[in-house]
Amino acid sequence: MDTLLEVKGLRKYYPILGGVLRKKIGEVKAVDGVDLKVRKNECFGLVGESGCGKTTLAKVILRLLEITSGSIYFDIPKKVRKKMKEMDSRKFERVKKEYDLSTFKGRRLKDIRRRMQIVFQDPSSSLNPRMLIKDIVAEPIKVHKLMRGRALRDRVEELLSYVGLTRDHLFRYPHEFSGGQRQRVAIARALATNPDFVILDEPTSALDVSVQAQILNLLSNLQDNFNLTYLFITHHLLVVKHISERVGVMYLGKLVEVASTKELFKKSLHPYTRALFSSIPIPDPEIKKKRLILKGEVPSPANPPSGCRFHPRCPYAMKKCREEEPSLINVDDNHYVACHLFDKRG
Amino acid sequence: MRELLKVQNLKTNFYTYEGIVRALDGIDLDVKEGKTLGIVGETGCGKSVTALSILRLILPPGKIESGKVLFWYKGELSVDLLSKDEVFLRRVRGNEISMIFQEASSALNPVYSVGEQISESFLLHQKRELYKAIIEEIEKNMREDNFFLKNFVYRFHKRIYKKMLENSKSLRIRFISLLPLINRYKVWLKKEVSRRVVDILTKLGVPDPQRIMERYPHELSGGMQQRIVIAIALACNPRLLIADEPTSNLDVTIQAQILDLIRRLKENLGLSILFITHDLGVVAELCDYVAVMYAGNICELAEVRKIFKNPSHPYTKALMNSVPTLEEKKLESIRGNVPNLISPPEGCRFHPRCDYATEICARVKPDMVEVEDNHWVSCHNFLRG
Amino acid sequence: MKVSITNRKRSEFKEELLPRIKEIKFSFNRFKKSPLSLMGLTLIIFFLGIAIFAPQLAPPKYPHNPYRIPRDGYSAIPRPPSPEHPFGTTEGQYDIYYGVIWGTRTAFRVGLTVVGSILVIGIILGSISGYYGGVVDEVIMRIVDTFMSLPTLVLAMALVSALGRSLDNVMKALIIVGWPSYARLVRGDILSVREEDYVEAARAVGCSNLRIIFRHVLPNAIYPLLIMASLDIGAMVLTAAALSFLGLGAPVGYADWGQMTSFARNWIVGPPDNPLAYWYTITIPGLFILFFVLGWNLLGDAFRDILDPRLRRR
Repeated sequence: MDTLLEVKGLRKYYPILGGVLRKKIGEVKAVDGVDLKVRKNECFGLVGESGCGKTTLAKVILRLLEITSGSIYFDIPKKVRKKMKEMDSRKFERVKKEYDLSTFKGRRLKDIRRRMQIVFQDPSSSLNPRMLIKDIVAEPIKVHKLMRGRALRDRVEELLSYVGLTRDHLFRYPHEFSGGQRQRVAIARALATNPDFVILDEPTSALDVSVQAQILNLLSNLQDNFNLTYLFITHHLLVVKHISERVGVMYLGKLVEVASTKELFKKSLHPYTRALFSSIPIPDPEIKKKRLILKGEVPSPANPPSGCRFHPRCPYAMKKCREEEPSLINVDDNHYVACHLFDKRG
Repeated sequence: MRELLKVQNLKTNFYTYEGIVRALDGIDLDVKEGKTLGIVGETGCGKSVTALSILRLILPPGKIESGKVLFWYKGELSVDLLSKDEVFLRRVRGNEISMIFQEASSALNPVYSVGEQISESFLLHQKRELYKAIIEEIEKNMREDNFFLKNFVYRFHKRIYKKMLENSKSLRIRFISLLPLINRYKVWLKKEVSRRVVDILTKLGVPDPQRIMERYPHELSGGMQQRIVIAIALACNPRLLIADEPTSNLDVTIQAQILDLIRRLKENLGLSILFITHDLGVVAELCDYVAVMYAGNICELAEVRKIFKNPSHPYTKALMNSVPTLEEKKLESIRGNVPNLISPPEGCRFHPRCDYATEICARVKPDMVEVEDNHWVSCHNFLRG
Repeated sequence: MKVSITNRKRSEFKEELLPRIKEIKFSFNRFKKSPLSLMGLTLIIFFLGIAIFAPQLAPPKYPHNPYRIPRDGYSAIPRPPSPEHPFGTTEGQYDIYYGVIWGTRTAFRVGLTVVGSILVIGIILGSISGYYGGVVDEVIMRIVDTFMSLPTLVLAMALVSALGRSLDNVMKALIIVGWPSYARLVRGDILSVREEDYVEAARAVGCSNLRIIFRHVLPNAIYPLLIMASLDIGAMVLTAAALSFLGLGAPVGYADWGQMTSFARNWIVGPPDNPLAYWYTITIPGLFILFFVLGWNLLGDAFRDILDPRLRRR
């Protein structure tokens, strides 16, 4: 399958300013070297706890935050991709400039934003409280000057009908809606410009369970109907299971495990992923499982532990884990893990 | 099994600009001693209002209209918290019934250290116990240390604490407490309180309690803050703990830690808990009994195994089908939206969204029926088997 | 066919208006509930009426220059109310009635022009400063700090003395001393609104910076500003009056409340045997200033109750 989005060595550091002169005295390594491939028409789930850098990653991909280093390739033609492998470095630099999203500015950036959209976690804050629903949904179309007048209005109604709202909802303010309906409006806005790629940043975690199911079903229907590619960010492993084909697990700014959903739920390898699995409360009182409760808390990304970042909480930590940082290696048919336990070289 | 708390026909309304919000429409439930009752429901179904109404913490425009909250007090299930005065309630709150909230960071006061905040509940509710313990402590010191001058000081301090035990607000004590050097007697109190704070923090598995005590809330992580809130709630050995979504804002691994902690506390202290959550998974892991709430009503109340094995109310069943689980299944959503409680549907409030609704559902509000032992359902056409 | 289109348009128009009407109704309901804000509104409407109907209430003697107060003689001693001078005359035989009526117009002019200009300047500079940040922000804010470190009235007096005595210069001086606090307020609001998710969403959609500022940030940040502005109209009139009282305002004989109080300066206390002999010279213009400022303050408080998003709903 074709790759739609490829992220290479992505880093995002926030400077910590201090002192009278507000000099940089440190860095928060929110995202620290992430490699990621999202295939066309798939839903890639990104799982991690708060503060692991998943939202930062999303915002950097959309260029809402300045990138520190790394490159983002979006929808490179197959031919170019093939060529890129055999290019010399100068030519490569030129092609890179052509396709690397992290270097885009002005018009090109605006064009790319037409093709990539985002749905935020909390619909009550992601909709402007002083705008009518019809203006909110129409805004992307207006900004990109795609339609106007009658056509625009029809398009807005069409978009609302996709997400299960009617034209009665056009002339209302966001505060008149329930959380689920607001999230529908936000989804309609994201679809307004016919994007190829939508980042869903915890779209259901501010919603109730019954509404969450509605939204999840709606999202997978929309994906089928409009050939969308999703990057689904969440902290909830069970939600990921229901919507994604592949999952990446993040811990403290790094990907620790990437695998297909089936594979991951059948056989998770990284100790952190396993701990995540065992901490999910299962809605069935009959299951009394032996749980693996992690000690301590997530360390601060301003001062991450040496070596493997998980080692202070890891029940299997060895001497090597403290010293050497594991890299993401393919252990078994596209199942990637960053853990020394599975590094057969060593 | 004894009932510790019994809520009968509780009704609470909110008088807003748009109209009267009928937030609680006659709630009946009971918490048994040493057991955990979970209240599950979606946003706006009235679970938090229930908790606040029990402690009568509803603020205007909200008003408790009718009902009874009977609490086991001095050997009988006799005290109706709704009819008692504020002074009595203040004695109950934090002492007999404690509450912990969802947002730990806003439940803690940012300008006091953690230790000060925990000791506040000791000083509020357990002064007498403290004084007694201090007098014993002084007596012990007197026996060990026979030096003439020190003995004199000890005797003086003991006298003051005895006075305070009789009447802690007497003018003489207040005057003495202002005099430098002489008011050194307060050191005993400080020592005793901090000893108790360390005690309770250790019990909650807080590493290095001496240091954590000195910290301010913003220096602690979310999980640690929630532990501190629990410590404050448990400081006075309450008999009932009301927990309002205590883990909803925490990460799963931290949530697992806190749930484990609550489970251990329940076993060790014989605590009764009223646990409010929207997460069916948490309920399944922690609770003995479950009450499912919808739009201000309890629609099903049963033992946890029974309700998960055999959900009898259509709403309970739909709720369970909409939660993602480990099994492969299609998520079923409940059609429509939660009703507006200003003009709730007639009859059963769930009937417009219910797949099993019949003509009677739109007219008559169903009563609670006991379908099997300890399994109550309020539905006209409850689902069997 | 054509009719149906216009009909459709009209119904759409109505639909579009409906939510806004609902909002206004909601606001009005809040307004009605507080008697003080109603009183403020009544006061302002009353003064507005005086300002509008000034030519009818006090027909000007000099039609080309209606703001010049007619004099009835040149005696320095004020005369008490009489049929032809309902509020009496002040020092130099200026008619107090004529002065306060036409002074209302001056007051509105001063208040609205000054606050209006301050708003525009404050919004522009504050938005630039808050939205872009960095060096621009630093420069603008240091200028603001400089202005705010000087006492308002002293700075205004110095400016008027430097520019020369006239009402226009008073207004200029007030604008110069007034804008920094607005710029700072706008900047703060914009900084907090800028972090909201919907601004991020607007950027993700591809909105330009200008569109984000005007469509998303300002409409959500402007309300505290309007509240402050309505409170400040009164305050600005009061400062202008103070300057006039000190002899730094409108030219002599110009209808202005501050000027009227300035005339009364020597007559606040009468002769020892009758200290209240000339009460009307100071009391009448004083009451006009008092109620005008009070009106705006009450209205500002009402706006705060209605518009403050934290107090709105729930």
